[in-house]
Amino acid sequence: MEVFVVSLLNGLVYGMLLFMLASGLTLILSMMGVLNFAHASAYMLGAYFAYTISLYVGFWPALIVAPLICGLIGAAIEMWGLRRVHRNGHIAELLFTFGLALLIEKGVQMTWGLLPVPYRVPELLDFPLLRVYGTQFPAYRAFMLLISALMFGAIWLGLTRTRVGLVIQAALTHPDMASALGHNVPRIFTLVFAAGTALAGLAGVIGGNYQVTEPAMAFTMGPIVFVVVVFGGLGSLTGCFIASILMGLIQTFAVVFDVSLADLLAKFGFVVTSQTPFAELLTVTLPRVGALLPFLMMVLILVFRPRGLMGTRDT
Amino acid sequence: MLPGKWLTAFFGILLATACGGHASAQQTIKVAYTDPLSGPFAQVGDANLKQMQYIIDHINAKGGALGKKFELVPFDNKSQPSDALIALKSATDQNMPFIMQCSGSNIAAALIEGVEKHNERNPDNRIIYLNCGAVATELTNEKCSFWHFRFDLHVGMKAEVMVRALPKDVTKVYLINQDYLFGQSVQRDVKAFLAKLRPDIQVVGDELIPLGKIKDFSPYITKIKASGAQALLTGNWGPDMNLLIKAGVDAGADLSYYTFYAHLAGGPTAIGAGGDNRVLAVMAFSENVAPAIGNVEAEAFTKGFRDKHKFDFSAAGFRTIFEYLQAAVNKAGAVDPGKIAVAMEDLKLKDFLGFDTTMRKDDHQIISEYFVGTFKKGVKYDAEGTGLGWAPTATILAKDVDQPNTCKMKRPGAA
Repeated sequence: MEVFVVSLLNGLVYGMLLFMLASGLTLILSMMGVLNFAHASAYMLGAYFAYTISLYVGFWPALIVAPLICGLIGAAIEMWGLRRVHRNGHIAELLFTFGLALLIEKGVQMTWGLLPVPYRVPELLDFPLLRVYGTQFPAYRAFMLLISALMFGAIWLGLTRTRVGLVIQAALTHPDMASALGHNVPRIFTLVFAAGTALAGLAGVIGGNYQVTEPAMAFTMGPIVFVVVVFGGLGSLTGCFIASILMGLIQTFAVVFDVSLADLLAKFGFVVTSQTPFAELLTVTLPRVGALLPFLMMVLILVFRPRGLMGTRDT
Repeated sequence: MLPGKWLTAFFGILLATACGGHASAQQTIKVAYTDPLSGPFAQVGDANLKQMQYIIDHINAKGGALGKKFELVPFDNKSQPSDALIALKSATDQNMPFIMQCSGSNIAAALIEGVEKHNERNPDNRIIYLNCGAVATELTNEKCSFWHFRFDLHVGMKAEVMVRALPKDVTKVYLINQDYLFGQSVQRDVKAFLAKLRPDIQVVGDELIPLGKIKDFSPYITKIKASGAQALLTGNWGPDMNLLIKAGVDAGADLSYYTFYAHLAGGPTAIGAGGDNRVLAVMAFSENVAPAIGNVEAEAFTKGFRDKHKFDFSAAGFRTIFEYLQAAVNKAGAVDPGKIAVAMEDLKLKDFLGFDTTMRKDDHQIISEYFVGTFKKGVKYDAEGTGLGWAPTATILAKDVDQPNTCKMKRPGAA
């Protein structure tokens, strides 16, 4: 029970962090068709900006300012970069963002160095909020949950209840019609890209000190975010939310269960010995492959349900 | 952000392109160095590089060897054996006498094989592989090679030091290691020494994790807590080490951490003040050793690095490597890898701290002193500006780390 509750909490925190990253990406991907490889780089930039800003004025201003800077950078990338590349089709866009991700990583290495920076949790939140069966649950994690829940609420309300949101939704599905009706679709694209980047930046601000702020953080976070987006389905914020939480929980719980395929087979009276074919594979325990499970799920969903969990069209 | 830094980098590149290559062909003794200089483990390679450069400058100031200066030529191997072999190819193409590599025993195994083949086929253009930190026990046992010299204690030795450092009241331990040659080596050796030296200890958990893939170790900590372990024993390095202890400290788990690499680049930053008196590292060196034994000269040397760079000096072993090279090249009387390799065998030197070391002839494994450091407050030199640092809590002399080996070395010319 203890393990279950603590793992549930940890999985939720990680899942919500994934959601913050993935929500921006899913908006960008579904609206512009751009698989933005530089998205996780914005996450990293958010963390580094927050670290630098917090050195001068503290964490709380950084929480606002760092995502804003990320958003501005995102807008600039869209207006002066992606829009030009867009004419040459999706492959060009994909390569553009890929190159951008590498450039940002190198830039971060040259500016802040290769070592992790000491970006710490603010003192105000640096205490154990509660004890769950003896394990401390840091207040900062609760704060992360709060921020990401607020964000989910804000995006959802923004998309469904405001005029801008409705125009965005229209541009998502029928860009030509929205344009014909007099809406400035390119500007909406810029807005969405900037907002998506800012969200990734915000995730970086609160994720950077929860994990470690270092130049490889974008590289390690990138793939799993793609999995979430594909799994959740294009254009669906709810799908993205469910996929994020699911991935967070899967990765957390996979660690806890020391079972292998061999154990499963044993339940049906089939005993695996070293003589059995594929014995190596059958006896690998779940924790050892836990980190790979999301990728397995992505492959499966692409085969059996290409539009993802709640997607509106095929990936 | 920092215009000064950018400018320096820019002029550095200009300088490198201007005088690189043709300026000094045979004037220097070139040492190819290959390690991850990009990707998730770049921080480790970069920290090594800076410390080596500092050491080389010192050795060169003391006359180099045979009147020649040592020169370090870095090659990025992105943590991939295939890229390390490309580096080896470039090094041999340029007739470099030495190739050095520290991170990744799987890469080391590939290099040993590559060097062995190359030297057999090209007797006039041989190369010596200096291993500065790939420590899987096999490399100087089953896989030992005449051309491979290891300058760090192997896992078996480190595991023994770690097991001996476990206090008497610890009865339950948990093992977490990275799922590749090195991690499996740690897993096996630690368990073997636990069984031999501390039969009272129960291994309540034993796990392998995918290398460099896990972002949040909290679930592992939950599991470790549930197992009732008092101590966590791990050979993890890089992010796998940093994130693991950070998660443990954040959860307030009542654990001690026994590690091989918590003291290396990024570790102390990730652990932070919450790890006070909880984290131990089996280490080749700590900056607090020199003041503890009152060696003023060694202290000045390490302080020099600290003043110049923003991070700590942890690589005393690298200085030993270059002192061995210096002595062996001088003894061989020529920059000829064949002669240098022979000269290196059974070479005995006092390292810069004043301890005895030997390069054992049987397996080309260095036998040197080792330390156990505890991460705590109130030390003279803190680590990475955290206010906490590594206090040497135990010193194990060379004669006590010695272990038998099973190496059957094939010597050139003998066949």
